[in-house]
Amino acid sequence: MIRDITLGQYYPGNSWIHKLDPRIKIIATLLYIVALFVVREFTGFIVAFVALEAVIIISGVPRKFIWKGLKPVILIIAFTLIINIFMIKGEVLWQLGFLQITREGLRTAAFMGIRLVLLIIGSSLLTLTTRPIGLTDGIEALLSPFRKIGLPAHELAMMMTIALRFIPTLLEETDKIIKAQQARGADFESGNIIRRAKALVPILVPLFISAFRIAQDLAMAMEARCYGGNVKRTRMNEIKMGSRDLAASLLFAAFLAMIILQRVLL
Amino acid sequence: MEFIKAENLTFEYHKTDDAGQEMSTRAVNNISFSIEKGSFTAIIGQNGSGKSTLAKNMNALLIPTAGKIYVDGIDTSEIDRIWDVRQKVAMVFQNPDNQIVSAIVEDDVAFGPENTGVDPAEIRQRVDAALSWVEMFDYRKKAPHLLSGGQKQRIAIAGAVAMEPDCIVFDEPTAMLDPAGRAEVMNIIRKLNARGITAILITHFMEEAAQADYVLVMDDGKIKMEGSPLEIFRRTDELKDLSLDVPAPVALADKLREEGIDLPEDILTTDRLVEELIK
Amino acid sequence: MIEVKKLTHVYSEGLPHQQVAVEDISFTIETGEFVGIIGHTGSGKSTLLQHLNGLLKPKSGSIVIDGLDITNSKTAMIDVRKKVGLVFQYPEYQLFEETVAKDVAFGPQNLGLPQEEIDERVRSSIMAVGLNYDSIKNISPFELSGGQKRRVAIAGVIAMNPDILILDEPTAGLNPKAHEDILNLIRGIYKKGGKTVILVSHNMNDIARICDSVLVMDKGRLAMKGTPKQVFSRGEELKDMGLALPEATEITSRLRAAGMEINKICLTIEEAAAAIAEAKKMTT
Repeated sequence: MIRDITLGQYYPGNSWIHKLDPRIKIIATLLYIVALFVVREFTGFIVAFVALEAVIIISGVPRKFIWKGLKPVILIIAFTLIINIFMIKGEVLWQLGFLQITREGLRTAAFMGIRLVLLIIGSSLLTLTTRPIGLTDGIEALLSPFRKIGLPAHELAMMMTIALRFIPTLLEETDKIIKAQQARGADFESGNIIRRAKALVPILVPLFISAFRIAQDLAMAMEARCYGGNVKRTRMNEIKMGSRDLAASLLFAAFLAMIILQRVLL
Repeated sequence: MEFIKAENLTFEYHKTDDAGQEMSTRAVNNISFSIEKGSFTAIIGQNGSGKSTLAKNMNALLIPTAGKIYVDGIDTSEIDRIWDVRQKVAMVFQNPDNQIVSAIVEDDVAFGPENTGVDPAEIRQRVDAALSWVEMFDYRKKAPHLLSGGQKQRIAIAGAVAMEPDCIVFDEPTAMLDPAGRAEVMNIIRKLNARGITAILITHFMEEAAQADYVLVMDDGKIKMEGSPLEIFRRTDELKDLSLDVPAPVALADKLREEGIDLPEDILTTDRLVEELIK
Repeated sequence: MIEVKKLTHVYSEGLPHQQVAVEDISFTIETGEFVGIIGHTGSGKSTLLQHLNGLLKPKSGSIVIDGLDITNSKTAMIDVRKKVGLVFQYPEYQLFEETVAKDVAFGPQNLGLPQEEIDERVRSSIMAVGLNYDSIKNISPFELSGGQKRRVAIAGVIAMNPDILILDEPTAGLNPKAHEDILNLIRGIYKKGGKTVILVSHNMNDIARICDSVLVMDKGRLAMKGTPKQVFSRGEELKDMGLALPEATEITSRLRAAGMEINKICLTIEEAAAAIAEAKKMTT
């Protein structure tokens, strides 16, 4: 069901992680992802896993929520596993016709699987612990040095804010339109590809019109509330670096050092 | 003292048809009126009568094609005063979903004051006060799409209140709500007006218009009638000609007078009618 | 005849935000009845409607319409759609075709009818909603006014010629005259005969005036079923469910509570005026 999607959801809280400067969190997440790709041995993942566990515990986000974030990508993970198990050549452990499982295949599959799960949980923690506005403010602040070369940092951030706000609204709208057309006898499930593609027209046209109407209404409402670009805008929650952020940066640097050390030593 | 004053206000929409011909429709046609500071004015009229266009001329979302409209003495066509006008006259729209900008309630309420460059500490104060005012403080961390229509509309009102305007224009704020949501929104509008904010309400519900101090009736871009609700809702036949109606208690009182029952002229609400009948 | 037996539906079953939307609902609607459904937002009305034309499948219970079990997984949905037409809230938002005639033809086409019959149905249903077929058929639906769009959308469902027509808040957002026009149009279709109409509305005056019977939904359950007079005589219970009375009923019941001799339940302004006048004459 459409309403079960939790992509990019925020879990309100007051933890140490929630309060960190979003800029630190964004950079840390990016570096964490790079670190996962630097790792060559399972020991590296143990370091990452311990760090991730610590963050989850401190953040107070229920594990239920974290699993929910994994659900939509389970298919992708499963696909990666299968490809790796069967495609990699090496010492054969089991064979049936052209299908074979090798020791190397199993190892690589496990390795990729763990890497993907750690990556998704790590990045979903960023959205779970950062309010949408914080996230976009953070991105805006990080991108603002590039404004000099013509990058519209504020506009990009505002677009993200609005996208996050209206994804649920548009999903609901889609659900309504699909049902209304089904009630008029529309059939989206049978027929060949061309027929099915054609069957989408009665959904897409009203959906586009809806999206345009929302955009028009919203633009009007934003103007009425004195939105005129980023002239002298202030923020209710200013992003400021504090001692907490310094401590977090040091801890994170220690984590990176361990990843690099284990890569060099092992 | 008058807060909004329109002099020969005209507004035309321009569009190009399929043949490339320029067409214009006159949505507001040479009207003059004034709205008193602190008053509660209702604007009624059928779909397409020009009420929404008129509303958008009141805070410089639209600029008159001809004539003038003054907000607290400022001519809205003075480009460099636009932000002053919009800060004085806030607006709440019909569709509760399409006017909430942020995915968190309190961030949305902060949007207006952030745009006008208010100091962060003061924004915080205004947001908390506005949310308490509309009785939505407990929902401040929630995602708007999980709220009911009436609650979303209260958030939109809080967003307007946080800008500390002198006047709020409500453009059919109850049209998409259920009766409970409508009652909530009407309560808040009356409360705001009692606090001294000039309220302008556009509505299709005659019972809502009856709660105002003054009513403007629009049709075909013109003001066809104006006066107190008592004066307006006495003119049932004229209203019906304009595709409008009278509130049910007024209709019933009229029928009772036809039956020979003596009733005073000032009956607009159920409470008043019942009170008179049991005397 | 519509027979609903022990209908239960649960949203997001098994997930933390699982929600019972309708629970153990049973009722029957006779062929040719004009039925109103009222209930607070979230009372389960729209979940119930979506079951009545097979858009949702119940967790348990059944719906049988003229002998066809529409909750049976073997029943072809197209047979259900032929029988039951559903007009959603703000139906104008589902218009998508280049012309009015093409849009209205969408439903009949999906039913696989011959072209001649489709054309005939398109013509008659556009006229049935009070629009001029010849002048409107080749216009884009997006060029029309709000009220006209709504009529075209209703015509699109009528063109499927369902025995049962369900309308969810068909007058939402319209001014008093347009509101009255849409109601009259629905009554006109109903009076032509043979049709069962189910109207969902928050407007108690409308429900009281035009329905033969009323279903009251509360917290996912069927709280009352009866004639408008029976239902609206239980004012206190309705108020506890967050529902109002028709204005005429409200005023007369307050007068009765204050000691005035009004014995019957008044549903319309006319009835109320007559009853009040009579009571006044008796006392003087």
